[in-house]
Amino acid sequence: MDPLLAISDLSVTFATDRGHVQALDGVSLDLVAGETLAIVGESGSGKSVTALSVLGLLGDSGQVKTGKIEFEGEDLTKVPASRLREIRGNQIAFIFQEPMSSLNPVLTIGTQVAEPIWLHHKKSWPEAIAEAGKLLAKVAIPDAEQRLEDYPHQFSGGMRQRVMIAMALACQPRLIIADEPTTALDVTVQAQILSLLKNLTKELGSSLILITHDLGVVARYADKVAVMYGGRIVETASALDLYKNPKHPYTNGLMASIPKLDGDPGSRLFTIEGQPPDLSDLPAGCAFHPRCPHVHEACRAGKPPLRSVAPNHELACFGYD
Amino acid sequence: MTNPNILEVEDLKVHFPITEGLLKRQVGSIAAVNGVSFHIRRGETFSLVGESGCGKSTTALSVLGMQAILSGQIIFDGENITGWTGAQMRHIRRKMQMVYQDPFGSLNPRMKVGAIIGEPLRVHGLAGDREKYRARIKHLMSTVGLLEEMSERYPHEFSGGQRQRISIARALALEPQLIICDEPVSALDVSIQAQVINLLMELQERLGLTYLFIAHDLSVVRHISDRVAVMYLGKIVEEADRDTLFKTPKHPYTKALLGAVPEADPELEARRAEQLIIGEIPSLRSPPMGCTFHTRCAQAMPICSIDSPTLKTVDATALTCHLY
Repeated sequence: MDPLLAISDLSVTFATDRGHVQALDGVSLDLVAGETLAIVGESGSGKSVTALSVLGLLGDSGQVKTGKIEFEGEDLTKVPASRLREIRGNQIAFIFQEPMSSLNPVLTIGTQVAEPIWLHHKKSWPEAIAEAGKLLAKVAIPDAEQRLEDYPHQFSGGMRQRVMIAMALACQPRLIIADEPTTALDVTVQAQILSLLKNLTKELGSSLILITHDLGVVARYADKVAVMYGGRIVETASALDLYKNPKHPYTNGLMASIPKLDGDPGSRLFTIEGQPPDLSDLPAGCAFHPRCPHVHEACRAGKPPLRSVAPNHELACFGYD
Repeated sequence: MTNPNILEVEDLKVHFPITEGLLKRQVGSIAAVNGVSFHIRRGETFSLVGESGCGKSTTALSVLGMQAILSGQIIFDGENITGWTGAQMRHIRRKMQMVYQDPFGSLNPRMKVGAIIGEPLRVHGLAGDREKYRARIKHLMSTVGLLEEMSERYPHEFSGGQRQRISIARALALEPQLIICDEPVSALDVSIQAQVINLLMELQERLGLTYLFIAHDLSVVRHISDRVAVMYLGKIVEEADRDTLFKTPKHPYTKALLGAVPEADPELEARRAEQLIIGEIPSLRSPPMGCTFHTRCAQAMPICSIDSPTLKTVDATALTCHLY
């Protein structure tokens, strides 16, 4: 099957006061239709920048240096801004982390959900509003029709995130990108929102990119996982395979360092020494080498390429053979 | 040691006024903490778990004397400190310190790290002469795994994990008996959380500390706690020792909470039938009648919406639920 989204060798830099910072360095990713991909990483690993590049939302300071982002065969790094606007919110939708600040406080919920339908599907305004009401019901907002006239501040955090999902689904996108969609929510509400998102995505046959740092969320919802570190992908595999056979020392360390509900309480947790790297001052070679317990000479000299080490399992590490 | 408990909280109530209009007329109140009782034994880790608005942080602030209470009793180290303020509380805070969630907001950006760690000593007049003060800061820094030469730097030069070490060093400065940790790792990167959790456990063993641990991450809570209390809308709904609570949770809310947290194991997750708890946490302005959880409880009975359940002991668990 042709991938829905194929990112190849993507490099992105940002202009900052301290010079150019390389946020992404040769990122390659494939996503087929109907799949849920989780991008996992810590702060500064490049997971959000990857998502923003797909949408062409890098801002004035960000720049794609090399690489391609092919969405249904079309390279999004080459298309004009007007074409991107046609795609954004229509074929590719985005759900942000902060439902508080990503809704417009002075527009009604109905207006905000109806807008993409009116804009992209060229429906009349009353038709779009009617559809917005149906969408709100679909994301399980009680008394949906009545709440169209309400403003964001009248909704709770969980309800706002449901509104964001309704907006994202409005145009039946092929791809939904959700950047830490539940980090700001309580755990019982997080579970509701993520299942809703997963089920509705499945119903539409769309693909989902879930950006998160929560390995539990990944285990529950993702089909495939990409682990990022220092602006590069260090390992990709199916979720089952990755948790069972993590091969990169970083993935391994992450898995070992989280306390498990069936683990040995009170014992010392495995730790990865040191800190995640600063993107403006990345170590030479493999960015993980200063923290790696299995570091070789080669790791300090060059960057390991991402290569296939097992079916559907890719790894960027010199230590593996 | 006569009293095995370092802290005893009895029927604590904290209400916040709801005011309206220009004159801030009080039109009602919010029962943020509504009859909470627990005790903490010396040397143990006691955790308060719950979602936002359950009153876990307000309870902690009340214990520290940083929050006025409506009623109840707080006994610390054998002394009834209920309602103590200012100078009285200052003497208690030498024995009771706090580590906050946000390592970015809780350190003064204009102070050098050494000065931050030494501040409690200066405030309490324990700094002593220059040599002694320096040596003490050096010792505190090495205790939490910071290098001595870092004392001349400012907080912004440190990562989240290192800042949390600075907070812990500051909390240790007065050699307290009890440290209240309010979500100490939830703002940190995953690979850093384990470092801080290990440090907290090591310090407890070495220094005989007692922790009141406030968190929402159940796997962290299970790892570090001896006993756990689950809070919902200002009340403790279930309390037990760690193994009892995690192996045989009894209250429907505890069960729901445990079910809502995804485990980092895709095979286990695939086997686990997702049982979603319905609805959201009700507003504290108008909490539900009867058992406050009945609006979301899958096992609610008619009585649950009428009568507030009283505290019962079932096996080794204390809980408030009509099902038992």
